[in-house]
Amino acid sequence: MAFADHPREEILRPVRGSFILLSLVASILLSLAPLTDVLHALWPDFAAMTLLYWCINQPQRVGMTSAFSMGLLMDVGNAAIFGQHALAYSIMAFIALLFHRRLHNFGLLQQAPQMGLILLAGQSVMLLTWLLNGMDFPPWDFFLGSVTGTLLWPLLASVLRAPQKPRRTESNTL
Amino acid sequence: METTPQFFRQGPSLPARLGFFVLLSLLLMVIDTRFKYLREIRQALSVITYPLQRLANVPVVVHDKVDDFFASRHAAEENAHLRRQRLADRRQLQQLDALKTENAQLRKLLDATQRVENDAVMAEILHVPHDPFNRKVILDKGSRHGIKPGQVVVDDVGVVGQVTRDAPWLSEVTLITDKDHSVPVQIVRNGLRSVVSGTGKDGTLELRYVAVNTDIEEGDMLVTSGIDGVYPPGLPVATVSKIERNPSYVFARVTCAPAANVGHHRQLLILSMLTPAMENPAEAFPSDSQPEGRKRKEVGVR
Repeated sequence: MAFADHPREEILRPVRGSFILLSLVASILLSLAPLTDVLHALWPDFAAMTLLYWCINQPQRVGMTSAFSMGLLMDVGNAAIFGQHALAYSIMAFIALLFHRRLHNFGLLQQAPQMGLILLAGQSVMLLTWLLNGMDFPPWDFFLGSVTGTLLWPLLASVLRAPQKPRRTESNTL
Repeated sequence: METTPQFFRQGPSLPARLGFFVLLSLLLMVIDTRFKYLREIRQALSVITYPLQRLANVPVVVHDKVDDFFASRHAAEENAHLRRQRLADRRQLQQLDALKTENAQLRKLLDATQRVENDAVMAEILHVPHDPFNRKVILDKGSRHGIKPGQVVVDDVGVVGQVTRDAPWLSEVTLITDKDHSVPVQIVRNGLRSVVSGTGKDGTLELRYVAVNTDIEEGDMLVTSGIDGVYPPGLPVATVSKIERNPSYVFARVTCAPAANVGHHRQLLILSMLTPAMENPAEAFPSDSQPEGRKRKEVGVR
């Protein structure tokens, strides 16, 4: 796979703020997509994944404040308890920020299982808040979202990285 | 642009920020679940999420349009089927009309309150939350269309739920399968009144606190009783699917299957609010028994 081990010496171009914003909005859009039964269970939390990508790659720009506000938006969009997604996203962003230097050194394929763990942590936080609110334990397919999230991570990350790839013509003229 | 390099401007440490946001979100959750003060903030944020949800629905709308376009070949067949259906319905409707006038006259004779007619607004499901816990759907009609919390939502076969939150252009409907949601019902066969509650699981409801010797059978139809003043009487809610009578327990476990199926269609009807229950006549409760009178009023005798 081409995106699997991109050369580490490749210097990426600076990210434009508008692109970060656009990607975050698009990820909320994906998370709010209306779905049928099977896809519904498999659908990963694209908003969280995009957020984590930027937390790892642009920790100065996207941090816990953005995570918290994205979480609030997702709470309203999903008719959840206000602050639930915000809590999960803040904790996920914290883990990502804590390990961002380490994660940055891995290729996208090696990153995937670690991202899966972070997504699982986020889901566990959500689960905990629901359990505290008096709900029963969900069926096992609740955690499928993290699994598909792990599998889709290399794809999503390479899509988000694409605009920063150095252009060949540019590097030739410089 | 910046005087100090990014590298040195770190702000509060990471754990400190985590602590702050965790506390903040816990606080918000407590306020939201216990005190319900956050209505305005939710409504303001929904103004941002509404266009996104609309946009996310565009593929579905396009798919429907394309489907409609290609479905026109079957239109003649469907038309004939609908004609037959209409004829059958028509006959029932005529009977219903006669029964309605008869019922009204009988009620007049008995001096009973007249049943309220209610109109409905059609709404489409905009989003179904991904959490399996969240027994809610979001509809595309809100306070701008005159939707208020408390209104009842039905589909073509039965009760779906109740509007619990409204925003300018959308509203949240808590489904009857929600764990904290109950509907007062009546068994059609013998008129027995009970309350059916959600279990938090898809497609299962339960009748709680039904004594072991209660006259209830599998396959019994449950309709709204209307005594709550929220649900209009006579709407199908569920059918009894399983009864476990264990003599060692006081209550039987009665599981029901909801009549409505939210997963199967996108259009739902939001019924208009019932007029508040009739005030009790003054002579019904003597003035010295004030506390009891107030309690009765809250229940709303219909």
